[in-house]
Amino acid sequence: MKTLILRTASNYMLPLLLVFSVFILLRGHYLPGGGFVGGLIASIAFVLHAFANGLGDTRKLLKFHPGFLMPAGLSVAFLSGISPIIFTGEPLMTGIWYPDSLPIVGNLGSALFFDIGVYLVVLGVTLTIIFSISESA
Amino acid sequence: MEVLLAIIVGTLYAAGIYMILRRSLVKLIIGIILLGNGANLLIFLLGRIAKGAPPIIPGDSKVFLEAYSDPLPQALILTAIVISFGLQSFAIVLVKRAHKVVKTDDLDEMNATDEYS
Amino acid sequence: MIQQLIFYPLIVQMLLAIVLMFVWSRIGWQRVISIVGSVLNLGVAVWLFISVWQNGTQAVQAGNWEAPFGITFVADTFAATLVLLTAIAGLAVSSFSAGSVISPRLKFGFFPIFHFLLLGLNGAFLTGDIFNLYVWFEIIIITSFVLLTIGGEKAQLEGAVKYFTLNVLASIVFLTAIAVLYGLTGSLNMADLASKVAAVENRTLVQVNALLFLVGFGIKSALFPLYFWLPASYHTPPSAVSAIFGGLLTKVGVYALIRVFTLIFEVDPFLENVLLAIAVLTLFSGAVGAIVQNNIRKIFSYLVICHIGYMIAGLGMMTEAAIAGAIFYIIHDIMVKTNLFMVSGVIYKIKANHNIKKLGDFYADHPKLSLLFAIPLFSLVGIPPLSGFWPKLSLISEGWNTENFAVIAAILFASFITLFVIVKLWGEVFWKTGAKLPEVRNFPYFNKLSKFRKTQMLAPIIFLAFVTLYLGFGAGNIQSLAERIAFELMDNQEYINTVLRK
Repeated sequence: MKTLILRTASNYMLPLLLVFSVFILLRGHYLPGGGFVGGLIASIAFVLHAFANGLGDTRKLLKFHPGFLMPAGLSVAFLSGISPIIFTGEPLMTGIWYPDSLPIVGNLGSALFFDIGVYLVVLGVTLTIIFSISESA
Repeated sequence: MEVLLAIIVGTLYAAGIYMILRRSLVKLIIGIILLGNGANLLIFLLGRIAKGAPPIIPGDSKVFLEAYSDPLPQALILTAIVISFGLQSFAIVLVKRAHKVVKTDDLDEMNATDEYS
Repeated sequence: MIQQLIFYPLIVQMLLAIVLMFVWSRIGWQRVISIVGSVLNLGVAVWLFISVWQNGTQAVQAGNWEAPFGITFVADTFAATLVLLTAIAGLAVSSFSAGSVISPRLKFGFFPIFHFLLLGLNGAFLTGDIFNLYVWFEIIIITSFVLLTIGGEKAQLEGAVKYFTLNVLASIVFLTAIAVLYGLTGSLNMADLASKVAAVENRTLVQVNALLFLVGFGIKSALFPLYFWLPASYHTPPSAVSAIFGGLLTKVGVYALIRVFTLIFEVDPFLENVLLAIAVLTLFSGAVGAIVQNNIRKIFSYLVICHIGYMIAGLGMMTEAAIAGAIFYIIHDIMVKTNLFMVSGVIYKIKANHNIKKLGDFYADHPKLSLLFAIPLFSLVGIPPLSGFWPKLSLISEGWNTENFAVIAAILFASFITLFVIVKLWGEVFWKTGAKLPEVRNFPYFNKLSKFRKTQMLAPIIFLAFVTLYLGFGAGNIQSLAERIAFELMDNQEYINTVLRK
């Protein structure tokens, strides 16, 4: 599948899709979207790149093993989950919110960090699965 | 709408069970996927299909002002979909490995663990 | 922070799993972290148990959403006891697998996944929300698939295909049952469901729904016509994995059955008869299956099935004393079955064979080990005063009181067959003078292992043997614990009031 059109397009699509995935991640609190969908879109970006340029190039582009994203994302989600226990003494996963609204990001709270964790885990899991399936084919 | 969904759910369950009873490994997985989708649609159907606003009470009132749709079934389905995503990707890897090692996709020939020794 | 004590078993396991994932390829570190973390987890579980024992049922709302809208985590005495048992078995198996599982397998992330499995078990015991229970069940089965297939031998993959199919089917049945329940009541909180299900007018649909739950949990706990995945898969993975599976996985299904049928659905005479018939047939078929097998781990697998029958018999009789007997049996069974699979692992490491016809001479070669192994083996049979005896006694006496003579007959039959099987196993493996087994090349024989590894394998067996001895000789304490659990289960007002903050 190494056609010129796909290869050229995928080079432009990769950053575009990644930005789009972050946009989906950030709007997820009140509107359709969120960490899971965002993570899937981001992983599709890399999968498309891998289809066009081969797995080796995508691995080089990533620079680290996608499996590493799993514990990283899990720890972000885990820390945001237990932060209310540590800081305010409220039960697990209670939302802690920064009172003022920020531009672009919107309201900042522990739920956002949980979603970022989910985003990273989904990205890591999907890429690990797809890379390992297509490698051993 | 309800009747249509009920028929679809029934068809999905029937097709899923039929596929599980086939002897091929790949059909087994397709059957499990169909059954899972049937269960998800069943949650959607039984959560009452109603067209309405999101269930958010405006700040200046104490009760819902208009018809709202129940968001919980969708949350449940999303969770179930995420879980079945993980299960199915595992199943595909498992089938691939099993096919490579056992060298058959016929479930009837996968009986080494049931043999009396 | 103390109010959130219920979350600590979950937090500790999650933290452990994450830390272990960061050191994915450093096996040495993983062994140390896993054992130290399991000790920590045991401490937390003991703390939770003591707190629940002193202060009664506790409930916390995750995310601070009021019940019945949010997900509630509840620790009553039953849940706290099972979390404690999980912690004990988890510590034992963690140490045993550090000693016995070969490092190529550990490199595939054995320890992180093992701790995710324990996380799923703790979550399933502590949750008070039926859909959340489904999620924990899924975590348990996904992690158990991975543990089952690590290594990728032919038998493992074949076993995994069967295990996978039937367990996923069970999950789908469970999900369907949840969908119907939600459609009937519009609630998922188990305490809230207790009153809402009783108010539903369409009783037929409620009964059908109860049977859907019975089938879903029945597959997971290996009840009579639904158990075939268990003997096809439990003897294939490394013994450490078999130990945690045989000890805990089927008991989660039994836990869910007991919880659902004491809290949500009331058991009518029809369901009672169904449960009793299933119990009798499970006892019978498990026992008969165990007689004909020659593979040690297959024998134990059939005994796992057989002994699930005792617990279901206790549930089916539906009196407080019978449920107390079932609870005592669960406590005894988790400890003994975990230990027995570890024992089979040590025998395999020494002799490189699982077939009892080919084994022999064990007592002559290793008299001290044989005496140690005799403790779990004969506790399983229930020779008084060892731990298996007491729950059977209360089950039989309660069967007499409720005039369920078929159940008594089945319990006695299964006990005698268990005795026969264990004596046969003892005679074949320990006392018989066997032929010399051929040396298997490249096999990590027990004698070739370092002393440290040997200790790691034997210490958990000794530890669990002492726990089993305590269960037998301190049966009075365990019986009063079981009676308190049974009282809380039958009179569920305290549970409901704690969750709904009435």
